[in-house]
Amino acid sequence: MPRISLRAFAVWRRNFLVWKKLAIPSLLGNLADPMIYLFGLGYGLGGLLPQINGVSYIAFLAAGTVCASTMNAASFEALYSAFSRMHVQRTWEAIMNAPVTLEDVMAGELLWAAAKATLSGAAILVVIAVLGLVASPLALWALPVIFITGLAFAALGLIVTALAPSYDFFMYYFTLFITPMVLLCGVFFPPDQLPPLVQAVAAWLPLTHAVALVRPLLFGEIPAGIVGHVAALLAVAATAFWIALTLIRRRLLK
Amino acid sequence: MSPLRVAALRKSYEGREVVAGLNFELQRGECYGLLGPNGAGKTTTLRCCLGLTVPDSGDIALVGEPVPSRAREARMKIGVVPQFDNLDPDFTAAENLIVYGRYFGMKDAAIRPKIAELLDFAGLAGKEDANIRTLSGGMKRRLTLARALVNDPELLLLDEPTTGLDPQARHLIWERLKRLQAQGKTILLTTHFMDEAERLCQRLAIIDDGRMVAEGAPRELIHQQIEPQVVEVYGEDAPGWAAREAQAFSRRVEVSGETAFCYVEDAAPLLAHLAAWPNLRTLHRPANLEDVFLKLTGRELRD
Repeated sequence: MPRISLRAFAVWRRNFLVWKKLAIPSLLGNLADPMIYLFGLGYGLGGLLPQINGVSYIAFLAAGTVCASTMNAASFEALYSAFSRMHVQRTWEAIMNAPVTLEDVMAGELLWAAAKATLSGAAILVVIAVLGLVASPLALWALPVIFITGLAFAALGLIVTALAPSYDFFMYYFTLFITPMVLLCGVFFPPDQLPPLVQAVAAWLPLTHAVALVRPLLFGEIPAGIVGHVAALLAVAATAFWIALTLIRRRLLK
Repeated sequence: MSPLRVAALRKSYEGREVVAGLNFELQRGECYGLLGPNGAGKTTTLRCCLGLTVPDSGDIALVGEPVPSRAREARMKIGVVPQFDNLDPDFTAAENLIVYGRYFGMKDAAIRPKIAELLDFAGLAGKEDANIRTLSGGMKRRLTLARALVNDPELLLLDEPTTGLDPQARHLIWERLKRLQAQGKTILLTTHFMDEAERLCQRLAIIDDGRMVAEGAPRELIHQQIEPQVVEVYGEDAPGWAAREAQAFSRRVEVSGETAFCYVEDAAPLLAHLAAWPNLRTLHRPANLEDVFLKLTGRELRD
């Protein structure tokens, strides 16, 4: 039975206070990379391409970019930043000497990484709305989707952090999991372009569910199979968080 | 109610028993020391007391709460100074205190008025906005001590609080710990500095291989465990001299490198004898806690 309390919020606030000191550069940094892809591929490659499912390539890519950068932001926070606090700075150790449990710390980290990912996703959403790539206010529903996408990838990231001996370990996760997802889950092109076997695998990946929800919302449509996609993302978040907790407990409370 | 009671505590890692049946109980207002060589089980014992490690068996009551089952509640009244600095490097000194107070559920409005006083106590007056990265090792330690006081704890747990500090910094920490004790706080500290234990602790336990090998007041331990006088004999010839001559004057002689430690009831006959050995230098001193410690835990290195 995880012992999570409202003290998790104090952990969240700690991370928020650090972020606040560098908020503007951090937001701009989070925006730069996806924007370069969006403009570079959207206009450069998009100019050579016909419309995809009735929309311009850049509009198609915009939804994928929102999801991919949400995933990246959550992953970076749950991997590199959380690992620094756990291992390098021993911040978690200090916190757990106070009346805060490891479960509180982990819950605070999870919610913080998801919040930061939401900020990142929302910033891109604003930019693409300004560019006129968003069809209707229905796009605002992308925000809760971005948040649960952040939760899922933050929880997955915490598993890797629990297992990591050093920062180098994270390269495997990015190379073997994050990068393939960017290519297989409909960020750059519809997944039905892929061989059926690969499509079948991609259907199980969490980023697929995020894209399947966000893209129609930005096009002003209600996504098909909402419940299934939301449930899949929440299930990934809950299961991964539980696994991460078990592993971290074994690592820190032995 | 004792601030901390530990009974029959046991903890093994991979078949090696790190804590092997420890019993001790702190009295309110005292400074109690856990002394032991590296690997004796001091830090593991502290972790068990805080509920951060679940012991294999044994009972712990921390400020009256059973640990680990109610460790969180117990930690409300505890201040911890860990062995390794873990101040938040992203924050200023004042922010470190505010953020730490929040972990105790304290409101910012309740913490802010205490900051100046806490920093002043730590000898860091006016350093509210100092970046942690710019503080010296001694300043960081003192700020860590101030942080441990943010919740006005009943009991302070200090894990090797002066390891790595220069003499000035150590003396300042000692002086502050004495002040805290005068204010009525109970202190549990681990150390392998004998002078620190002798100065600060009313009672201490020497532990080795997870077991308590002696417990008592420092003076009492010296009195009970060891001869009152020590004559240290140095020089190239000292080991040879010790092998041939020392037994006639001293019941217990320990040789370490080029030094022979002669433990005696009365040093006069030995000193008179040594006057005839101009190549040997001698130091006559009263026995201290380090002698007790080395007698009980041996002279071989522990890593």
